[in-house]
Amino acid sequence: MNIQEKIAQLVPGMTVAEQGEAVITVPADSFRKLAEALRYDKDEPMDYLRDIVGMDWGEDGLGALYYLESSKTYTRIILKTLTADRENAFLPSVSDLWKTAEIKEREAYDFFGIRFLNHPDMRRIFLREDWKGYPMRKDYDMSSNPLNMENEENADTTDEYYLNPDGTIADQKNIVFDEKDFVINIGPQHPSTHGVLRMRASLDGETICKIDPICGYIHRGVEKISESLTYPQTLAMTDRLDYLSAHQNRHALCMCIEKAAGIEISERAQYIRTIMDELQRIDSHLLFYSCVVMDMGGLTPFFYGFREREMILDIMEETTGGRLIQNYNMIGGVQADIQPDFQRKVKEFIKHMRSVIKDYHDIFTGNVIARTRMEGVGVLTKEQVISLGATGGTGRASGWSNDVRKHHPYGVYDKVDFKEILYTEGDCFARYMIRMDEIMESCNILEQLIDNIPEGEYRVKTKPIIKLPEGNFSASVESSRGEFCVMIESHGDKTPYRLHYRSTGLPLVHSMDTACRGNKIADLIAIGATLDYVVPDIDR
Amino acid sequence: MEVKKRTAIRSMEYGDFKNNDYLEKMVDELNRDGAGVILTTIDEVINWGRSNSLWTLNFGTSCCAIEFMALGAARYDMARFGFEVTRNSPRQADLIMVMGTITYKMAPVLKRLYDQMAEPKYVVAVGGCTITGGPFIKSYHVVNGIDKIIPVDVFIPGCPPRPEAFYYGMMQLQRKIKVEKFLGGVNRQEKEPKEEK
Ligand code: SF4
Repeated sequence: MNIQEKIAQLVPGMTVAEQGEAVITVPADSFRKLAEALRYDKDEPMDYLRDIVGMDWGEDGLGALYYLESSKTYTRIILKTLTADRENAFLPSVSDLWKTAEIKEREAYDFFGIRFLNHPDMRRIFLREDWKGYPMRKDYDMSSNPLNMENEENADTTDEYYLNPDGTIADQKNIVFDEKDFVINIGPQHPSTHGVLRMRASLDGETICKIDPICGYIHRGVEKISESLTYPQTLAMTDRLDYLSAHQNRHALCMCIEKAAGIEISERAQYIRTIMDELQRIDSHLLFYSCVVMDMGGLTPFFYGFREREMILDIMEETTGGRLIQNYNMIGGVQADIQPDFQRKVKEFIKHMRSVIKDYHDIFTGNVIARTRMEGVGVLTKEQVISLGATGGTGRASGWSNDVRKHHPYGVYDKVDFKEILYTEGDCFARYMIRMDEIMESCNILEQLIDNIPEGEYRVKTKPIIKLPEGNFSASVESSRGEFCVMIESHGDKTPYRLHYRSTGLPLVHSMDTACRGNKIADLIAIGATLDYVVPDIDR
Repeated sequence: MEVKKRTAIRSMEYGDFKNNDYLEKMVDELNRDGAGVILTTIDEVINWGRSNSLWTLNFGTSCCAIEFMALGAARYDMARFGFEVTRNSPRQADLIMVMGTITYKMAPVLKRLYDQMAEPKYVVAVGGCTITGGPFIKSYHVVNGIDKIIPVDVFIPGCPPRPEAFYYGMMQLQRKIKVEKFLGGVNRQEKEPKEEK
């Protein structure tokens, strides 16, 4: 019995979208029952909630798409549910089934004003608490919130909405921090939070009791801007989300548009894209190494990491013209062909990287201080990372095999032979080692590809105006720090009706609370550094 | 005594720099107000010192800040110019370097940090985002240019600017500092700083 039949048995009123991806629409009153059944299914538990995408369907009301995946069989499904009441939009919460929904539902509330019943913490997450209106709604007035230079005060209480037995909705106040809590503030402008993340931490002595992340200090409204851009124009934003996964992000968006518009790209372009993705991964992991070490007080390894990183930037710059932000992938291929000595330089780099990696380990990995500060600190279990949706190296450090390159291959990853690096400890050290091993694994991938780039066009011609057929489309890639996914809803125009990016960092920031509880405040920096998030990608 | 306008930096000659007109205007103003021999000489010494040890408060919010990190590493090595010391406290910084998009939520924070800095203080705006809002100019949550909040001394355009552009911008700031009147001038500015046009 396939999964759609199973759902049809549970919820007879469900419908399946005919165009685009198979989105299964479920009435709001039976959604909760279905979610529970899918989550705890015996053969195929849908235990990984990839994302919740809030939506405004105008007349039809507000609602959300739920992207689910099973960590056992890697089957993916998409559920859709909606409510017609725009003024008082309520949907059932699933935050007790998937922990990651705690933060994703807050995002849907912040952008669309959908409130989730029984969610313990219905506060805004990105925008100021005194923000008026919900910006992602189609009828939002773009000038309704002028710049406000008043300092923002954060409330210590939050709302929870629940259903009374007689069907009315009531709310109660929950406490985030009470008067007895000793709360310290970290950020938003702090050199060790890897961007402008702000956290409030309550302490008992030196031990962390709770972390409350406050995001939005770099919320640029990318998703809203994209709704007024044509598809080729939307590409410009992706490099600036997670700038250390610039190629991969753009790869995902190009793939999604190409899939929807039915554009076949050449083999050569596939190879070039995959090579660039891997170079980018090494670049990001080298920066990760430099930052981790610097956050923990070592300066010399910082120079090591940047020495090799500059080599990669040189290679990329020769071909793409940019150092950090390259704008290289295009719909239909890549912007320019590779430089004549690209292959030689990549091979030189691989050789060089293999010869110096020992220095990296000598200076830091084996260091007794580094070991003591990382081993056994900030442990996340496998169940926790799946429930939190913490993909990428963080998930793999806890033994969750979640590499998109393996389970849903794209590019030419099905043609190369590579290992998915897995550790089981789930502590800071495992998260650190994952990245170090992945640098070497990426070198292996590059080596297999670099001499085999087939001849051909680097870019196929596309129509001057690209319109996508109606329906929902998505594409996911393994970016440097987890699963990055692009979700598009098209209504047949040359601009997307809704364009959503699955942030790789948002679940990681959400994991901070789980990972830090019970650890010392001094370990917070090491835990944050090894989770490896990039804040503009969280806030979008 | 004439205040000299010849502000070369290392091997970069006066004529190698663009936008020299604002420096000339500053020098003209100084000469018009009269500059004493002793004060000017002391000023020159102080300014020489000030311009070669600029301590930065890094206000890096996004992509541009990563390019700044490359400046700190061995290849571009900003220690050559004397501004490798970065401070994390506004009280100890000479200039605030704003790198990255400034959003509505961040704007009050930026202003507060700027207000906490001691005079004389300078602002360097790095990247398209800080100058106009950059790629996000149409957003509901992005400040379209930080000069709407705080006065800016040097703009460094780019998305992100190349490390060389960072240096050019920083050298322009050094030149500005070199012709300033320090004693009785920028060292005691009690009034609100004027908005730059
Ligand atoms: S100017 Fe460009 S590189 Fe700099 S912060 Fe803005 S988007 Fe990023």
